[in-house]
Amino acid sequence: MEKNLKEYWSKNVTFMSVLLVIWAVVSYGCGIIFVEQLNAVRFMGFPLGFWFAQQGSIYVFVCLIFIYYIYMQKLDREYDVHE
Amino acid sequence: MSILTWTYIMVGLTFGLYIFIAWISRVRDTKGFYVAGGGVPPLANGMATAADWMSAASFISMAGLISFLGYTGSIYLMGWTGGYVLLALLLAPYLRKFGKYTVPDFVGDRYYSDIARVVALICAIFVSLTYVCGQMRGVGIVFSRFLEVPVNTGVLIGMAIVFFYAGLGGMKGITWTQVAQYSVLIVAYIIPAVFISMKITGTPIPQIGFGSHVQEGQYAGQFLLDTLDKLNHDLGFTAYTQPGAKSMLDVFCITFALMVGTAGLPHVIIRFYTVPSVRAARLSAGYALLFIAILYTTAPAVAAFARYNMIDTINNKPYAEAPSWFKNWEKTGLIAWVDKNKDGIIQYRAGKAIVGKPKFIEKDGKKVLTNKVTNSPNELYVDRDIMVLANPEIANLPAWVIALVAAGGLAAALSTASGLLLVIASSIAHDLYYRMINRRATEKQRLMVGRIMIGLAVCVAGYFGINPPGFVAQVVAFAFGLAASSFFPIIVLGIFSSRTNREGAICGMLVGIIFTAAYIINIKFMHGTAWFLGISAEGIGTVGMVLNFIVTILVSSLTKAPPKEIQELVQSIRTPRGAGAAVDH
Repeated sequence: MEKNLKEYWSKNVTFMSVLLVIWAVVSYGCGIIFVEQLNAVRFMGFPLGFWFAQQGSIYVFVCLIFIYYIYMQKLDREYDVHE
Repeated sequence: MSILTWTYIMVGLTFGLYIFIAWISRVRDTKGFYVAGGGVPPLANGMATAADWMSAASFISMAGLISFLGYTGSIYLMGWTGGYVLLALLLAPYLRKFGKYTVPDFVGDRYYSDIARVVALICAIFVSLTYVCGQMRGVGIVFSRFLEVPVNTGVLIGMAIVFFYAGLGGMKGITWTQVAQYSVLIVAYIIPAVFISMKITGTPIPQIGFGSHVQEGQYAGQFLLDTLDKLNHDLGFTAYTQPGAKSMLDVFCITFALMVGTAGLPHVIIRFYTVPSVRAARLSAGYALLFIAILYTTAPAVAAFARYNMIDTINNKPYAEAPSWFKNWEKTGLIAWVDKNKDGIIQYRAGKAIVGKPKFIEKDGKKVLTNKVTNSPNELYVDRDIMVLANPEIANLPAWVIALVAAGGLAAALSTASGLLLVIASSIAHDLYYRMINRRATEKQRLMVGRIMIGLAVCVAGYFGINPPGFVAQVVAFAFGLAASSFFPIIVLGIFSSRTNREGAICGMLVGIIFTAAYIINIKFMHGTAWFLGISAEGIGTVGMVLNFIVTILVSSLTKAPPKEIQELVQSIRTPRGAGAAVDH
């Protein structure tokens, strides 16, 4: 039981870290640090860096939360800690 | 029907709805009062959170800010949405499992210390009060512009409405009115945006439209954003889609401080105590951001359309031929023109046209501007708020759409105000009165104290709404900076590190708050320089947060581990099972 919970927690933390890396890459990477380079590319009429900063990052944020919800739903059942 | 009649109808209908909902959801126990009985479905909580979060500033000012800032305006878009990812992944599920009523509750219990509780309490009240004054002022301004009543009367009407539904229904009343308010504000925001997108680009979806081609006029066939880049360049501004207004490091820090601050704002966190389970907390964070994203992805489109429309319809046009909306809004002092080169033509350029906000005197039946004029070739003063408020008129939309915008602005301001007032009331009535002063208070007494506190908080907020302190704009930086540098690190560490102890948390919070507050006060009130790497007051919360993390971890590792029952508590909040409704010790 003890070991199981440790495993549950470390899987949770690992998955969360992956999502947070994506979170940082789309907002701070694409939207801020590399915005000038990406602006040279055109995407649906937008300079790409500008699009990430004002549209894309927000769409990704929404997806990240729902992905986490679905993953955790599965993980909770797998380790029998669901409500 | 006239715009005024339509506005009375729209505002009257929506206010009637809020009062009706409040009456239905009135409560009789503290659990209903503080956490809506803990039974709010995730979808409804998502809507309520979105309304709670999106204030008068989001609704009225944000698109205007972006319109003038261009790319740099992204700090607000990313900063005020990205925080929800942190909230959903790092905080909401665990705080829900912990299951108490307020944020100071968590801090005080997790760090087994009344000092920590008091520090958290003071921060929660300060952050919420700062915020709520602006909301009341927003209510007054919307009233004065659209219903032609004095600002102060508007504030009083707003106070009465909020007191009625927050006092009667507590969190339960607030939650269900916020659901209604979200619906009103989002419809009011989207409809004009769709109309304008159709008009300029022929695409009904604003999010796609602002990447499309301009349909008519001298720029027909060009990408809208290219046109804006060119116009900005010609008039002497930074290109619309390019960075340049602020340093990269500053943009980075401000965005981060806003994100972390958002995740640490007590009135947002408290909403996740109202759902029935940990699963529901995770899900409702997703819904909340989805509902917020609908407005936040529309805002930059509105910003771009408004900028194009404004330059296209008034720049280099003779004043005598200026459109009627220009003359209408001149009366409110949100837009003003001085003919510096006496050619009768409106020239809009980079730089300030006049010193301060426009002031007029009557002379021969005409309004004359009395402000000092600057040397800049710019002749036009434009307030950023006009971009959303006057947009429907600029685009010649029907009267009922303009009325809808007024109702939407009121919904945004009232919903945020009520959420904040509840935080203030619960901090005092629950954390201070019940937890620290009178542990034997009966249910009835506590409910009474809660209601009195809401009443008091409404009065304080109303007072500042009528007599706004000159520093309101400055203190907004405070709210986010303090939320970022005080709550966020110690809540995260409280969940993810069972080794973090009382000594660490108290030292960390104090260092974070003192550093951030000192830096902001130095810049905003004492005209000091941004001495730390040129980071502005808005972004310094990021540094304060890092300091808080470092000090908390360091001090915790040097002092003795927290008691066994606290370590067990940390273990227990990490798994969802057993999250009953929020409990009351």
